Amino acid sequence: MKSLLDQEFTDGNIVIAKTEDLLNWARLSSLWQLGFGLACCAIEMMATSASHYDFDRFGVIPRPSPRQADIIIISGTVTLKMATRIKRLFEQMPEPKYIISMGSCSNCGGPYWQHGYHVLKGIDRVIPVDVYVPGCPPRPEALLEGLLKLQEKVRNESLVKKTL
Amino acid sequence: MKTREEIFNILKQEFPQDVLEFQNIPTEPIITVNPLAIHRVCLFLRETAGLEFDTLMCLSGVDDANGEKTNDPDGSVTIKGGTLSVYYHLHSMKLDHKVTLRVSTPREDPEAESVESIWKCADWHEREAYDMIGIIFLHHPDLRRILMPYDWDAGYPLRKDYKNPEFYQGMKVPY
Repeated sequence: MKSLLDQEFTDGNIVIAKTEDLLNWARLSSLWQLGFGLACCAIEMMATSASHYDFDRFGVIPRPSPRQADIIIISGTVTLKMATRIKRLFEQMPEPKYIISMGSCSNCGGPYWQHGYHVLKGIDRVIPVDVYVPGCPPRPEALLEGLLKLQEKVRNESLVKKTL
Repeated sequence: MKTREEIFNILKQEFPQDVLEFQNIPTEPIITVNPLAIHRVCLFLRETAGLEFDTLMCLSGVDDANGEKTNDPDGSVTIKGGTLSVYYHLHSMKLDHKVTLRVSTPREDPEAESVESIWKCADWHEREAYDMIGIIFLHHPDLRRILMPYDWDAGYPLRKDYKNPEFYQGMKVPY
């Protein structure tokens, strides 16, 4: 499906759209992220936010507070100590909220899967993940594709039906 | 500037009971000290003219794993006896010489005196050695865990016979 602004309009003053499509389009175009960096993946996330890759063109702006955020990008190694904090931050975010798990560490423990006595082996053991971005660390392009996947998910959401 | 052998001879003269051994390893000569006298030896090293060790470069805990090893049915190892050690790397900014000290404590009762009152930087180093290896530093002002969570009760992770707990606060720990 073409997005709202890509469709042709015969009348310049009236836009006809389904409420769901309009709401979904509004939401997917301004997914504010909770500024949350953990390890080397955070460097790539910051590079994605910087001018060369420009996360802002997708409406992704880092927010300093979970109350104002729509997504949280778990970018890096999640220690058991941090996992309890992440859970609390996630619970403080208003619905609807989304999670991008960025990089091998937060996907499954990464290089710490066997001897990492302090590492949580996948953030999905604590909070529900929407998009997994593989890589160690993923390039900014990979994170951008992860965001596009998430936008696709938001685009197909329904007010009455729960989408998986 | 003094060689390590000279430093050892000075220490041996001052503390004949507590300075135990000099291992002249070519890469790094090591002086072994009684763990319950290390603070006195260190204070002497800092205060004596001609030694003046003003910097504690590093303080490390080590599991020597030299006790009796038994293999458990699940593939893990349990170690009984042997020693846990602490290494002190000292440097004198003024005289530009270095020395390495070691204390070895029994694994079942790993107690060494704190040198926090001599070099303040030992505070966090000793907390880390306590957190990771489980060495108790006597007379340390604030001996808490520093890296692991305060409520971590599954032991000391850098010991060679450490066993991962199954759960921590409801989160599964093994892969």
